[in-house]
Formats: sequence, C-alpha cells, structure tokens
Amino acid sequence: MSENGIAVEVKDLRRTFGSFVAVDDISLRVEKGEIFGFLGPNGAGKSTTIRMLCGLLSPTSGGGSVAGFDILRESESIKKSIGYMSQRFSLYDDLTIEENINFFSGIYNVPRQKRAERKDWILSISGLHERKEELTRNLPTGFKQRLALGCAVLHDPSILFLDEPTSGVDPMSRRNFWKLIYDMAGRGTTVFVTTHYMDEADYCGRLALIYRGRIIAEGTPAVLRHRFMKQDVLEIPVDRPVEALEALEKEGIESSIFGSTLHVVVEDADAAVPRIERILSAGSIKAGKIEKILPSLEDVFVSLIESS
Amino acid sequence: MFERIHQMIVKEFAQVFRDKRMVLMILAAPVIQLLMFGYVVTTDVTNVRTALYDLDKSQSSRELARSLVASGYFEIVSTPESPEEIRYLLDKGEVSCAIQINRNFEKDMLKGLPSPIQIIADGTDSNTAMITVSYAARIAARFGLDTSKVALINHERLPGVDARTRIWYNPDLKSRNYNLPGVIASIVMIVGLMLTSMAVVRERETGTIEQLMVTPIRPFELILGKTIPFAAIGYFDMMLVTVTGVFWFDVPIKGFLPLLFLCTGIYLLSVLGIGLFISTISRTQQQAMMAAMFFYMPALLLSGFVFPIDNMPPVFQYITYINPLRYFLVIIRGIFLKGIGFSLLWPQMAALLALGITIIALSTARFRKRLE
Repeated sequence: MSENGIAVEVKDLRRTFGSFVAVDDISLRVEKGEIFGFLGPNGAGKSTTIRMLCGLLSPTSGGGSVAGFDILRESESIKKSIGYMSQRFSLYDDLTIEENINFFSGIYNVPRQKRAERKDWILSISGLHERKEELTRNLPTGFKQRLALGCAVLHDPSILFLDEPTSGVDPMSRRNFWKLIYDMAGRGTTVFVTTHYMDEADYCGRLALIYRGRIIAEGTPAVLRHRFMKQDVLEIPVDRPVEALEALEKEGIESSIFGSTLHVVVEDADAAVPRIERILSAGSIKAGKIEKILPSLEDVFVSLIESS
Repeated sequence: MFERIHQMIVKEFAQVFRDKRMVLMILAAPVIQLLMFGYVVTTDVTNVRTALYDLDKSQSSRELARSLVASGYFEIVSTPESPEEIRYLLDKGEVSCAIQINRNFEKDMLKGLPSPIQIIADGTDSNTAMITVSYAARIAARFGLDTSKVALINHERLPGVDARTRIWYNPDLKSRNYNLPGVIASIVMIVGLMLTSMAVVRERETGTIEQLMVTPIRPFELILGKTIPFAAIGYFDMMLVTVTGVFWFDVPIKGFLPLLFLCTGIYLLSVLGIGLFISTISRTQQQAMMAAMFFYMPALLLSGFVFPIDNMPPVFQYITYINPLRYFLVIIRGIFLKGIGFSLLWPQMAALLALGITIIALSTARFRKRLE
C-alpha cells in the first residue's frame, strides 16, 4: 500500500478493441478505505477498467497504480495485494465448497496456521458450515456469491475489486452481501465495486458514473444529487402511467416510469406543475398530488446521459 | 511455489476423478481400444478361401493341393470345372484366390519341363492379394524343387542359388506383435492430448481462468500443475495397456523396461506440450477437441504406424520429423521386439526430447497471465 493513502490512481487510461473504444481516457483516484462505486449501464466499460486495474488486461495507453504498484510493470505485485471477484461465478463448480477454499488458500499462500481460521470464517459468512462437502455447483446463487467473495479475500487483500458482484442475486442476498462489504471496509479494506444497480450506488462512499467509456460524473451520492442535478424532479402518482408518459411526451416533456408514479425532470417546478396538470386532465388521466422530490441517482444518471 | 503447484495437482486430480466420463476415458477406453486393435487390426493372411481348378487330376496335382492346404494359408472351398466358374466365384467374392493346374502338369514335371500353374488373386484388397500370391508361389516353387530333387536323386547335384531366409525379431511374422506397440503409443498420445487440451480450455470456458490469473500464481506453476497430473495419468495408461498387451496378447518385451519407462516420459513431454499448445489456441472445449483430432489423425498417418515412412513422398517424409509419434514408434518397437537399448535409440530419444522442450516452451510463452 502506498504511503500517501491512495489505493488506486489512474490517468488517461484507455483500452480499445479493434476500432471500438471500450475505455476512453479515464482518470480516477480512490482513497484507502473507501467504498468506491463504478456505476454505469452494461457495456459502458466498467469490467474493462477493472480488468486493467487487476492486471488482467493491458491498457492501450495511459497508466496508473494500484496499491502503490504500477499497473503496466508490476501487475504481479498488484496481484498479491488485491482480491478480485468477477461477474461470472468463477469458483470450481466440480469441486466441493471445502476443496475450493483449500485450493485458493494454497494458491494465495495463506500461512498454514491461519488456514483453518480463514476457512471457518468463509463458511460462517456464507452460512455453509453444514454443506462444506457439497459440490459447489449445487449451491443457490446467493450462497455462491458469498463463497466467491470469501475466496477472493482469503489472503486479506488491501484492495478488493468486485465486478458486478450482485448481478442475478435476489434482494435479500444482495443486502447480506453489502453488509459483508461494509464489514470489510470497516476493517480498512478499500473496495472498488462496479454495478449497474442504481439503488446500490447509495451504499458507496464515492461514485463515478461511466457511460460509453467516459466518466461523466464523480462524487459522493449526495454531491451527485445536488451538483449534477440542476433541474427539479417531480413525482406524479398516476392511474395509467404509460398513457400519462405518452401524453406528456407529445407536449415535449420527458418523463420516466417508477412503478405507479412518473418522474418528470423540469427546469422550474413552479411553472411546470400547472402545465402538467392541464395535460393530464386533458387526457382524462387521474393524477395525485405532484411533489418535488430529491432526485434518485437513477434520475441523475438519466439526465446526465441525456445531456451528454 | 511448491505449495501452489501442489494445490494445482490436487485440484486437477479431484476434478478428473469426479467426472465419471473422464474416469472411463482413462481406465476403460485404452483397454477397449487395445483389445479392439489387437483382434481386428491384423494384416496376417491365413485361411484364404481358394478355388482349385485341377485339370490334371494326377497324383502330383493332388499333392500340390495338399501342400497348399497344409501350409495353413489356403483353404480350398471350391473345385470349379471351368474358367467361367472361377470368374463367377471371384466376382461373387466366394473365393479370393483361384489356382489352376494345367493338364500334363505331372507329365511335364517328370520330364523336367517347366510346368506352369496359374494363380489368380482378388486384387481389390491389394495387400492381401500380394501376400496370397507370394505364399502360393513359394509353396509351388518348393513343391517343384522337392519333386525335382526326388527325380534327380541319382544324378549330379543341381546347380543354382539356394536362398535360405530367416525372419528376425518376429519370426512368426505376427502382425499383432508389430502393431501392438504402435497401438500403445497412439493410445497414450490420444489420452494425453485430450486431457491436457481440455484442461486449460475448460477453465477458460467456465471463467475460472480469470480468477486464477488474478492470483499470484506464475505461468510455469500453472503449466506444471496442469501437466504433472496428466503425465501421471499418461504413465498409468501406458502401463495399463502394456500389461494388457503382454498378458492378453503375449506380445514379447525383449528390451529393458526402465528404458521404456524413461522414454515414455520424454514422449509424454511432447504429447502434453502439444495438448497445452492446443489449449492456448482454442476458446472452447469443442475447438480443442477438434484441434486435437486434427493433429492426431495426420500424426498417426505420418508416423510409420501403418504406412512405412520410406514409401512417402519426400515432403511428407520431412513433415514426419516434427511428429513425436514417429520417434516413439521406433523406440517402443525397438524395445519390445528387438530388445535394443540406449546405444541405438539415443538419436530418437534426443529428437523427442528436443521436440518436447520446444513445444512446452512455445506453449508457456503463449500462455500469458492476461486476457485478450
């Protein structure tokens, strides 16, 4: 770990695949002990970035350091200080839970006297004490995810890279998973996590929004909500959201559906509310009370993408 | 370092033995292949179904027929009465050889005149036809010689060349003895190729390779961890088929067994190296399987296993120099049948070793801890 309290720092990192620019000159910095969220839709360049940071992919240009080691020249030293969990489940399906743990303990050179204790820890965080002799392939996804996380941090890495760790996991397991991540961060581990679940972004201490290979916004969730969202967000409960959306669209007002409500982004709430009420009643759509709300990160993201 | 290699080996064995198809491929497939080859692949010619068209019907012609049958190579199943009938029998495939003894066969012979017989063989199977004809000719010639000796017993000695042939190493000319060592070599090759080429690709397909690559494991540790288990399995299969061959088919081993053991190791080096190389150029298990077959078939053809290398066009003869099976065949046949040792086999061993080291180095170099 570097002296200056910086876990990850990259400058003008770029990766192309043929003529496709997957990561377009991004620069970022992650402090020690942070939970840093890397947020963006599928294909935005999240995984490519994380793979470059872990030394799995060579950058086309640019560079940086992870745990104080250069990502171009010292990727093998980086590998000793990081844990990585990819979006695909990547433990051995045809080994038992215990065999997987033993294997990665050995590969990471966990000292022998600590192995039993680490194994016990993984089995308890994943709740698999009774099932340790079962084949990993038979586990439900949520359990697999926690087991994979356990195996990725067997060697107590100072930085943990998680690439969409919760994709395809039910909400309850997702919550448990984030609890684990919090615990680790609480013990000083830096966590670099990518996700496309906007609601997960609030778990992060700081966020970078990535879109089409570029970072379009960066900051804490609160800062992002305020600084990058100059417009107002209105929430309108309606009985027929789809028709309401179409009616507003005809008048040039962009909105998006959230359950049985519409979120509308407007320049000035006071002027817009009467106009929206008129449009909706003209379409004989029943609307509840229109309220100005704190924008969700999803609102921020949508509006940033639309303006970029 | 040793710990990581050790863990890799433990893991590979656990995975192999957990997969029932793999276990079958290691245990049953080699033995079944060996038994099949042992029984089916034989180029020995015995009991050729023969038609005898005897126009002479003399004591001598009957004696000639008797010595044909007594040789064990011919079985007279039909005695046609006309040339047309011979044609019909051959067309129909009832016989694959017909022998015609002309009228006055005995009379001419006793007079010391040339007394030709006609041997017709079914050439659709060229190899068998050739062997059949040469057997028949040899028997007829000896019969002629014996008869003339009797006729000339009171006269002076017959001048001429008396060729005394002797077959070394495999005196009974059993094709099985010649083939089985080759079968063993090819079984070891296919098992080694398949297991190794699959082993790395499977990890790529399931995504576990990515997890391995972010660990501090070094490429050579991974390569060793992947090859040592399959080398052990290769050795095991080698012993399995050798023991089966020796005890089931009575194939002799005249040479020094430890030398065979050593050479098997050198051979496995290149076989596993090729398997690893295939897995570095394949993305899916299907591709690896195809690539392994694509290598195996020409390797078999260009090894001298079935077709002698000396008969190949020069271009193909050069290609055989990069075929590990070519060298190992010479070694394994030499040790099994001739009982020769290091002093004669070292060129093959050296070539095999060079080939193995090259291909292992090549695939290690191609194997980067990076995804592309």
